[in-house]
Amino acid sequence: MKDITARALNIAQVRGAAYADIRVVSRDTQRVAVKNGKVEALQQDETQGFGVRVIVNGAWGFAASSRVDVHEIERVVNQAIAIAKASALVKSRDADIGEPVVIKESYETPIKVNPFTFSMNDKINLLLRADEEMRRVKGVKVARAEMAFVREDKLFASTEGSLINQEIVESGCGIVALATDLQTGEVQVRSYPNSVGRHQQTRGYEFILEQKLVENAPRVAEEAVVLLTADQCPSSDTATILLDSSQLALQIHESCGHPIELDRVLGSEAAYAGTSFLTPEKLGRFRYGSEAVNIVADATVPGGLGTFGFDDEGMPAQRTEIIRNGIFVGYLTSRETAQQLGLGKSNGTMRADGWSRPPIIRMTNVNLLPGTWDVDALIADTDDGIWMETNRSWSIDDKRLNFQFGTELGWEIKGGKKTRMLKNATYTGITPQFWQSCDAVCNEKAWIVWGTPNCGKGQPPQVAHTGHGAAPARFRNVRVGVIK
Amino acid sequence: MLGENKIREITDQVLALSKADQTEVIVGATESALTRFANSYIHQNVAETDTQVRVRVVYGKKIGVASSNDLSPDALKRTVDTARAIAQLQREDPEFQSLPAPQTIQRVEAFVEPTASFTPEQRAHVVGVLCKKAKAQKVVAAGAFSTTTQEVAVANSLGVFAYHPGTYADISTVMMTDTGSGYASFTHQDVRQVNAEALANEAIDKAVRASNPIALEPGEYTVLLEEYAVLDLLNFLAMTGFSAQAMQEDRSFMKGKLGEKVMDDRVTIWDDGCAPNAIPLPFDFEGVPRQKVTFVENGIARGVVYDTPTAQREGRQSTGHSLPAPNSMGPYAMHVFMAPGDTPKRELIKTVERGIWVTRFWYTRVVHPMKVLITGMTRDGTFLIENGQVTKPLKNFRFTTSYLDALNDVRAISRETKLFYNDWGSASRVAPALVVDGFRFTGVTA
Repeated sequence: MKDITARALNIAQVRGAAYADIRVVSRDTQRVAVKNGKVEALQQDETQGFGVRVIVNGAWGFAASSRVDVHEIERVVNQAIAIAKASALVKSRDADIGEPVVIKESYETPIKVNPFTFSMNDKINLLLRADEEMRRVKGVKVARAEMAFVREDKLFASTEGSLINQEIVESGCGIVALATDLQTGEVQVRSYPNSVGRHQQTRGYEFILEQKLVENAPRVAEEAVVLLTADQCPSSDTATILLDSSQLALQIHESCGHPIELDRVLGSEAAYAGTSFLTPEKLGRFRYGSEAVNIVADATVPGGLGTFGFDDEGMPAQRTEIIRNGIFVGYLTSRETAQQLGLGKSNGTMRADGWSRPPIIRMTNVNLLPGTWDVDALIADTDDGIWMETNRSWSIDDKRLNFQFGTELGWEIKGGKKTRMLKNATYTGITPQFWQSCDAVCNEKAWIVWGTPNCGKGQPPQVAHTGHGAAPARFRNVRVGVIK
Repeated sequence: MLGENKIREITDQVLALSKADQTEVIVGATESALTRFANSYIHQNVAETDTQVRVRVVYGKKIGVASSNDLSPDALKRTVDTARAIAQLQREDPEFQSLPAPQTIQRVEAFVEPTASFTPEQRAHVVGVLCKKAKAQKVVAAGAFSTTTQEVAVANSLGVFAYHPGTYADISTVMMTDTGSGYASFTHQDVRQVNAEALANEAIDKAVRASNPIALEPGEYTVLLEEYAVLDLLNFLAMTGFSAQAMQEDRSFMKGKLGEKVMDDRVTIWDDGCAPNAIPLPFDFEGVPRQKVTFVENGIARGVVYDTPTAQREGRQSTGHSLPAPNSMGPYAMHVFMAPGDTPKRELIKTVERGIWVTRFWYTRVVHPMKVLITGMTRDGTFLIENGQVTKPLKNFRFTTSYLDALNDVRAISRETKLFYNDWGSASRVAPALVVDGFRFTGVTA
């Protein structure tokens, strides 16, 4: 394979590329899904191919193909060159990626149990047992359980001399119970460990076993059924809310992770994903949150879904401060955007969805650092509030300011105790006001690196797998209960 | 482009390799290119060639699925072997009866050679027109322009062989001033229909008029929804309501309502995968011909789409709306049309004394599926309408409203419709513009 990549880079240079890189990627995915006692999906997919990125005449070109052979590589390199030349016809400045970067290393996700060789029969049985436990609860209309595994082998080579091998492994799982009442038109859902199908990390099958799906299945199902007749979440413009760590992880993703992507800030995503309220003049001086809010982008945290050895333009995984004591201090950068803003070297966040898409700036693990509170102490300290748990819907504007989230489960808190369950709990706000209202973050005992395996961005569309460490936190003066 | 003969070679090869009781193979071949621009220049420019082969094998009532994009004989054999190994570990599916038998499939012409052979230079020329016009008007251009050739084939061991080649061009742009933005997009099978000047003018005009917006109190308003916004209504109705699986799981608003009035009597919505003027695909991913399915006819709920499993559950025939196996999502309406009305689009505004013009929605999500209660933002051109005229640009709103209620409170429907294609769901939609009452805005970005 190294002969092929060397040939590709050589052709690119001969045809006039000032810079070129090639990524050869093969990705295996396995999915097992169970629904209402039936194994709905047993599926194994493999996809392989390569993508070539070049700078010619100061402009970028990218081409990719699934046919990994010498002739096709020559065709695709020529295609990338032609595309770059076309890009140069509508150019404002020359692409500048800064000083050369030369890295010759390899990285493998540390795993204890290989999920691809672990018994398929045992996987199916575990999911069927969880499904059965959920369906034992009267009132459950649909029970679902699933696992997903990903193994990606990547070879990166550049004309600067980098040569990097990586193997990334991910394991994910989840269960869902759906309860409905046609008389009232109510549909309620509970998920575990997280919604949107599953929780996922860069770990082996040991991660699945730790989740204890079967043990949690009865509780999840019972909560879905009880929610059908629970009281509606009340409406208020000045509520105190406590978010569980999984909901807070998505809050971080949407209202901090995306607006710190420097390509968005500089306008590259303006027509699609949008721009950002965190404009460059705010760097180092804007109060994003309260003193309790400390956020880092950390591609090195063990198990994080955004953990790797090197990004997809060959930069090492790094830990970057984003919010320090509430002040906005860092962006997610690429080699080119770091140059544009004079930030020095990239902090290594260029990630591509497989072989067929070019790397763009993506979140790694954007983590809210733990605070000092025990969860029980925080609840006991809350006289009047609402605990909200597990995301059900999410929406945020194109500058990442105006958000609204719905959660699967709410609990009224009165006098420091959870008192009654609330359905359709929603909250809405404006990003910096919301984070400035954070007055407590729980400690490392409740801190979890959640996986978000469904982050969409880019044209053509790309799906990224990102991580978000969080512990429950409290926010004051929040608008809740938007549903009529 | 592989062509029908080469793809038939692949499907024959896979079917010959499989010793299963029944075997299905889906081949999807794509050649696509996309030129992206921002800050009025091209910043990303890509092309992709891929062919995926998906194999479903059936042993008795045990089913396994595997896929690969490696077309070598060894890889095809490995894919068949993987599917077989998976099937052997599978539990029996008591509901499974058979893969579909061959049926007559209508050929629909959807391949346009100039779209398939469009070059990077040609794309750059079109984008250049947009960027030049933007600079001349002192606005900033961003957007994407793609051309795609897709071939889809489905074959099975019962004799099904269905093949469809198609092309489409899709271009969208956001034009921006310091304080406002405007949007325009266009989709067609034939790239020669793209009119860069007209597209630029639409978005630039809107961006300029949207500058220096004021905040208006949230509340219930009459809204004029452009086709870009109505597209979102159709997407969510298809996702939450128009599927037999959603009906069977008691989470569709259509449940128990067939034959009853569910929308305004001027609303008619249907699915038609064979309509030649859209982005057709005349068969589904089981090789079953797509039937035209009417969801709502003059406001009356009429039906939903079925794939083979959901149809067999009710003892009826699939309507040809299956997604590739294994499919957790159920049948899906990929080609949704909403009937036009009788009001010219330019006249719609005259029906509004006080209301809000919405160009498009953004980041919309389901809050409550049975009510089709959706939250999202307005984007790229929101205006106050007073006495039948646009009077002021508005800051973007958050809305939390029922799309079902919106289609019950229709005041007017435009005579014109617009075609859309969505990469994420491989779905095409044809939508008119609407005026609806009682649209609920729940917040505004100050």
